[in-house]
Amino acid sequence: MEIANIPFWDFFGVWVAALLTLFIFSFLYKDNPFYKFAEHLFVGISAGYFVGYYYYNVLLPNFWEPFYYQGRYEYLIAVILGITILFRLSRKQAWVSRFGFAFVIGCGAGINFIAYLQSNALAQIYGTITPLVSLVSGEGGILVDWKNTVFNLVAIIGVCSALTYFYFSKPHKGFLGGVARLGIWFLMISFGASFGYTVMARISLLIGRMHFLIFDWIETTINVINGNIAIGSTF
Amino acid sequence: MKKQFPLAIVFIAGMIFIVQFFSPAFTPIQERFTHWYIVVAVFAFVLGLANLTRLNLQKIHRQQEGWIYSIPLLIGLAGMALCSFIFGIEEGPFVWLFNNMMLPMSATMFSLLAFFVASASYRAFRARHKEAVMLLVAAVIVMLGQVPIGSAGFMEHLRLSDITQWIMAYPNMAGQRAIMIGAALGVVAISLRILLGIERAYLGED
Amino acid sequence: MGLVKTMSSLDRRIIFLVVALAVIIPLLLPIGLPIKPTAPVKAFYDSTELIPEGSYVLISFDYDPATMPELQPMAISLLYHCFSKKLKVVMMALWPQGPQMADLAMEVVNQQLQAEGKPLPEYGKDYVNLGYKSGGGLVIIGLATNFGAIFPLDTNGIRISELPLMDKVKSAHDLQAVFSLSAGDPGIPAWVMVSRMAGYPTPPQPGETDITGKMLILGGATAVSAPQFYPYLNTNQMQGLLGGMRGAADYETLLALPGTASEGMDPQSIAHLVIVIFIIMANIFFFLEKRQEERKAT
Repeated sequence: MEIANIPFWDFFGVWVAALLTLFIFSFLYKDNPFYKFAEHLFVGISAGYFVGYYYYNVLLPNFWEPFYYQGRYEYLIAVILGITILFRLSRKQAWVSRFGFAFVIGCGAGINFIAYLQSNALAQIYGTITPLVSLVSGEGGILVDWKNTVFNLVAIIGVCSALTYFYFSKPHKGFLGGVARLGIWFLMISFGASFGYTVMARISLLIGRMHFLIFDWIETTINVINGNIAIGSTF
Repeated sequence: MKKQFPLAIVFIAGMIFIVQFFSPAFTPIQERFTHWYIVVAVFAFVLGLANLTRLNLQKIHRQQEGWIYSIPLLIGLAGMALCSFIFGIEEGPFVWLFNNMMLPMSATMFSLLAFFVASASYRAFRARHKEAVMLLVAAVIVMLGQVPIGSAGFMEHLRLSDITQWIMAYPNMAGQRAIMIGAALGVVAISLRILLGIERAYLGED
Repeated sequence: MGLVKTMSSLDRRIIFLVVALAVIIPLLLPIGLPIKPTAPVKAFYDSTELIPEGSYVLISFDYDPATMPELQPMAISLLYHCFSKKLKVVMMALWPQGPQMADLAMEVVNQQLQAEGKPLPEYGKDYVNLGYKSGGGLVIIGLATNFGAIFPLDTNGIRISELPLMDKVKSAHDLQAVFSLSAGDPGIPAWVMVSRMAGYPTPPQPGETDITGKMLILGGATAVSAPQFYPYLNTNQMQGLLGGMRGAADYETLLALPGTASEGMDPQSIAHLVIVIFIIMANIFFFLEKRQEERKAT
């Protein structure tokens, strides 16, 4: 029988990953030095990871490539604007950072103005303006599709009533109050559904970690101990 | 200079993206701004990095409470960064550190929330009034309807999966759409205030 | 009546233990509950099936390892689906951790294709990994007119002019579909909103089967964010959605490619059941306690 092989660094890596996983899970019992160690190490390693990616995936291709290889010196403006941002670290000269931030915020505001208005406001309003009665062509001519009609009504009433709830210029009394109350019900159903999905998300993440601990760590280790998997002699 | 110039930058940068949407004549300058933005965004990260390093070095220097944990933070940061410069980011120690340290820690950190969400469900999810009952019932239906067990055994007859699909596609969609429209109008208003220089909080103090 | 008080203030570590067991036991002893794909996932699958062979598609890896159990199975299934349909795949990321996620997914897909005796996709010809780019929505705007200006090099530092696949992808107009695997922002919302603003090709209408000159926008999202994308599905701003691990499991079922998401459905089911029981129990004790207090008051 051929014995499977696992490179030493892979096996060592699984153990490191498993120990760090357990360090973080130890927080469930109570806050402790192992958790704090892993937490700080995580922040440090993540920041170091970003350094690598910002350098290789952004600065080299998007600044150095056009600036040095294509002679596009206008990219110096971007670097100067960027450097001004770093003045935020200085107490006396912090105002210089406004130039860089102004550029970032200005571009963001310009994009958001159009993008949100077009996709999240107008397109959604347009999507709500659907025929109240849904018609289908059948054998006896044009018929009312009652199921779709009711579903469309639910959607239209839901959107309008929930929007009424967000309308604060008049007190929510009388008819307005009644509609706003209906809006709250729709919002509550939305939040309930979101809660259900949130539970699903969090449990999924736990399943991922348990899967790793059981199959990648414990099972591999047992197989190595039993001789079913050999640790590679090379690094 | 200190205030008017940044306000002018905000206005010009923002308006370029707006007018470009209506007229392709502004596309070349919008493209240039886009390329610059990608570079400028890196410096925002550098600012955060510098701040993180400075705070932790100060903590160690002053031996503030928990200073000992700043050491693995800085070693992790320097180690990962050095690995990327020496060995590159596509193979070698950088990838090993990512796969065996950063990945498991990141995934575990968020998986902790599974326990807290279960605990919170037990402690705080009470049917105190009509609205809470609606929230609770929707959550329970979706929780069961979204997993295979909701369509297995006797629960198959309850058609929880179909009810869940309906809740998601109609009442949930309606609620989410109302929130989306409301939030979008808010973003549009705040963007306009920023562009016109009415909203100036980002400038900080004098 | 001491039981009511005790149960109302149950030590949270007992709850933690029960949740852990609800996940571990079904992982060790699978039940094999059947998975019936849901409508948004079927729409995702059917839309992808409409893409003609040899078309160019973009997959944006907009997530990090924190959401890997939900989004990585989607990435693996999607890449497998694309290569099975002989689509040319451009991979990129709006999150710095995305390119590594793409590499990890490719490793698994290559193993799967090798096990099935299928030819392995060739880098530069069948797929490319352009890496990460900062800027979120602005990157999406930039891609509308010029890929080369935003991604002059791929994630390995190779000039894209040296990658044959990129000869045919000069702008977003050369793409037949954009897939965003998203754990937040920038992700699906940015792709949906900014691609429309930047003038990407419009999506096909529901029921349309010839998608020439059109561009699909499809998403895979964490379960936390999935409910907020239903309005986009309703307005056809998105043509399909994979929501959370369940969405990934549905997609695996449709592809007949069981993976970690399908494996996760048993523990997911039991854990949900346990949490529902917790909620019901907590409410029973809440009402009993309230009744006791009312009796005391009278």
